[in-house]
Amino acid sequence: MTEALAMDRTRFDYLLRLGDDALILGQRLSEWCGHAPTVEVDLSLANMGLDLIGQATHFLNAAGEAEGKGRDGDALAFRRDVLDFRNCLLVEQPNGDFARTMARQLLFSTWQRLLFDALTASTDATIAAVAAKAVKEVSYHAELAAEWVIRLGDGTEESRRRMEAGLDWVWRFIPELFEMDEIATEAATTGIGADVTLFRPEFDARIAAALAEATLEAPKDQRPIVGGRRGHHSEHLGHILAPMQFLQRTYPDAKW
Amino acid sequence: MVRPAAHGFDGRRVPARPARRRAPVRDGTKGRLPTAPDVVARLWDVLAHVPDPEIPVVSIVDLGIVRDVSPARVVLTPTYTGCPATAAIEAMVRLALDQADFADVEIETTLAPAWTTDWISEAGRAKLKAYGIAPPVPAGSRVVECPRCGSRDTEEVSRFGSTPCKAQWRCRACAEPFDHFKCH
Repeated sequence: MTEALAMDRTRFDYLLRLGDDALILGQRLSEWCGHAPTVEVDLSLANMGLDLIGQATHFLNAAGEAEGKGRDGDALAFRRDVLDFRNCLLVEQPNGDFARTMARQLLFSTWQRLLFDALTASTDATIAAVAAKAVKEVSYHAELAAEWVIRLGDGTEESRRRMEAGLDWVWRFIPELFEMDEIATEAATTGIGADVTLFRPEFDARIAAALAEATLEAPKDQRPIVGGRRGHHSEHLGHILAPMQFLQRTYPDAKW
Repeated sequence: MVRPAAHGFDGRRVPARPARRRAPVRDGTKGRLPTAPDVVARLWDVLAHVPDPEIPVVSIVDLGIVRDVSPARVVLTPTYTGCPATAAIEAMVRLALDQADFADVEIETTLAPAWTTDWISEAGRAKLKAYGIAPPVPAGSRVVECPRCGSRDTEEVSRFGSTPCKAQWRCRACAEPFDHFKCH
């Protein structure tokens, strides 16, 4: 493989990771539509999902261009099989109750905020532009999630119990966010991606600050679960893709 | 007839229709061919009459999402990454351009530099307020004036409102709820 081809391959894989994280969490959040505890929360979750799907559109369209086989963002979102998805395992976890959804959001949005801060310096013009565009939206997501973690953690006995359980569920997926495998390393070295290990201390500090204000203790570290970046997903991802992809798979190129 | 929605993403141009014969210009340039500045001025005027689909009291020019205008091209930028109005806005701009005999002017969408609420014009802010939406406040400020009674004794009810760009607020003085266009 020539150097240029290898570079396109890295760019394709890296854009898929960024796009799939956003797409799958956006789809997850949309499951709350009409079911949230209050109408304000319903609006918040749907709007965050919308922001994420907007990011996914940009990243996956760019991934399709990098791949050069004529696939656009829609083709990548709706006609790829589960093993070809490159999202982290955290985003495909079931919503659970509202507390678990907010625990997941705190971890993901805090991480994504720091990632996008770094990616504004990407040498890839599309990645830099989407990161700069979305970073303010994502910081809003992180703040909203932190407020709910604090409110539920420092709330009633019941809300506290649920937030503890929610954090306990999502905690094992943190290490994967900071994994630097071959593609991530290659992307960071060439300047299109970011070295996520550099902001791990800042991530830990921000999560610790939110938990302290919530009067919660961090869950004990658990055996990390990784593999999403290589297509080794939990059983949950297929169940997200089935309703999401049904229409385009049954009626390819349907428009309305 | 509305053209198909323009699916323009970053840097991708929405193709223009084949050029038709342009109608005679009736803007004071009679007797000479319109110059580039004349055309640009007319394009701005056309765009100033395209309303935002979700907040129709302001135009897309008021909102600051028209990035650049040249005789060949209009450059737009989305407000939010996932703003569902983006495709609708492109379709509306296409229609407005076609109807004003600018069918050969292309539409381009760009993400960089990212739009901020600082680009909303003073006129746009005044229109938002008159419409009942508290305009964005300077970065760092959390003081939002009630667009109805002007009181500064207000509080946030929900970080997201009826659209991604707005938050739900309430006035403690007149007890009315209102939308606040978030600083972004």
